Amino acid sequence: MSDQFTDVVAVNAPPAFQVVDAHVAYDGVPVLNGVNLQVPVGQTMAVLGPNGSGKSTLMRAMLGIVPLTSGRVLVHGSPLRRFRAWRRIGYVPQRLTAGGAVPATVREIVASGQVASRGRFSLPTRAHREAVDEALELVGLADRGRDSARELSGGQQQRVLIARALAGRPDTFVMDEPMAGVDAANQQALAGIIARLRERGSTVVLVLHELGPLEEVIERAVMLDSGDIVHDGAAPEPTGACARPGHEHQHPHPSPYSPDSADTTTAAEMIRLEVPGRD
Amino acid sequence: MTELLHYEFMRRALIAALLVGLVTPIIGTYLVQRRLALLGDGIGHVALTGVALGLLTSTSPVLTAAVVATLGAVLIELVRVRTRTSGDVALALLFYGGIAGGVLLIGLTPGASNATLVSYLFGSVSTVEEADLWVVGVLAVGVIAVVAVFGRELFVLCQDEEVARAHGLPVRFLSVLLAVTAALTVVIAMRVVGVLMVSALMIVPVAAAQQLTRSFRVTMTLAVLIGLLSSVGGLATSFHADLSPGATIVILALAVFCVAVAVGGVLRRASNGRTPATLGPTGAGPADTMPETDRGRVTP
Repeated sequence: MSDQFTDVVAVNAPPAFQVVDAHVAYDGVPVLNGVNLQVPVGQTMAVLGPNGSGKSTLMRAMLGIVPLTSGRVLVHGSPLRRFRAWRRIGYVPQRLTAGGAVPATVREIVASGQVASRGRFSLPTRAHREAVDEALELVGLADRGRDSARELSGGQQQRVLIARALAGRPDTFVMDEPMAGVDAANQQALAGIIARLRERGSTVVLVLHELGPLEEVIERAVMLDSGDIVHDGAAPEPTGACARPGHEHQHPHPSPYSPDSADTTTAAEMIRLEVPGRD
Repeated sequence: MTELLHYEFMRRALIAALLVGLVTPIIGTYLVQRRLALLGDGIGHVALTGVALGLLTSTSPVLTAAVVATLGAVLIELVRVRTRTSGDVALALLFYGGIAGGVLLIGLTPGASNATLVSYLFGSVSTVEEADLWVVGVLAVGVIAVVAVFGRELFVLCQDEEVARAHGLPVRFLSVLLAVTAALTVVIAMRVVGVLMVSALMIVPVAAAQQLTRSFRVTMTLAVLIGLLSSVGGLATSFHADLSPGATIVILALAVFCVAVAVGGVLRRASNGRTPATLGPTGAGPADTMPETDRGRVTP
């Protein structure tokens, strides 16, 4: 059902993200060398790569957090500069903790994710409060809303950050290494959340160090190395939507790593080998 | 306490102290959250140059301080963003420029003495005039209005600038807005505690409050109460004991901080004793490993 929905949207709507010849350099040192990438609406995509490959930079550039030295990024059809539908975006930064220097409750942090979807002068409506409840529910922290975020474990704080992204009810998620420093049980919980988002037809872009428990929910994996896309195609596990007949992957860069549909398992092996374990 | 109100200058001083105690911790909460606790100090030093300009040109020192402090605040933000100078170096540059400029200009002012300088460095709430009070009142309303309208955006900005960008918030504008609001707050507090201690009233009540709280909103509210207690209590104490009002206010705030640390420690120990009961047997952990205490309950 949700797959059908996704396909209909994908045909009519512009891609969630369209990256055209994106170059980024820090202090003259190139980090991205002309990346081209299209993320159709409804896709669950992983950006993989070793440390320093530019994967986090690509993701930041896609949201305008990092400026491009040249190239273009379009979000839902609009150039970043003119993009106004920020309420459609849910961003999960890579952080070890969810709190700032002043204590804040889990609920306060999660509710702050509605900043783009609430007017400057409006008080929170029942719908806003329900969205916060729902977000807390989905990440399994419904009973921790009143606790200070800094009292939670690392994995739980990561879930607070995801709940914050959920609270504005966006349809496009961008998550920077949500699995980093999270124990196995919490990783499973996160994989469950992302599977739910996918069922809803949300677009999910994840920067990951390794696929881990997310292997089954990822439809497409883009692999970066030294600022170039070296692989773009099937996720290692061809299950779910990827196994659907007629499902097409995009391969804008013909690359020696590009797998045939027959040997996706080899690709899976390769990706696991290329990606070192933890930092 | 009531005899304070018999004197006209003390009535004015009390109103000024109330406004300061109310406004400074509100902005201070955002500054602490943003890890820019010393921003107020930097702006305070710059404000001294503004005061000196006012004295030199015979205009209201509070007004000129407001203008110069605002410019200084904008400058701090630009220096921070443009030159990739780290925040603390940018602040240090302003510290010294502001103080040196102020001392230089006051020295050039005919009729101004070291006493004038000292009264602005360390505050002289008893010399607050009615015109000052009006300026301070209007500024206080302005600061509260900014927080009322932009508070939620400032919360996100101060929590995580990158997230603010990903929400499409006007990060540059909000940063300048916060710095300018802090500058106006400094000017409000300047007459009461002096430019050298102005930051204390922004930071110390917040530092005290967060020993006892788990929520941002409650921290801010408690910080305001501590700010009011310190400023009004400090003023009254200094009147009776014939002490310097600015210093007394700051010492009182620091005393509240010490008490808050002690009480907070006791409260945390008490709540840790009670935590295992709500978490179940696996949740029990030693008090000092808070991030780990909940490892028993992971999946939804």
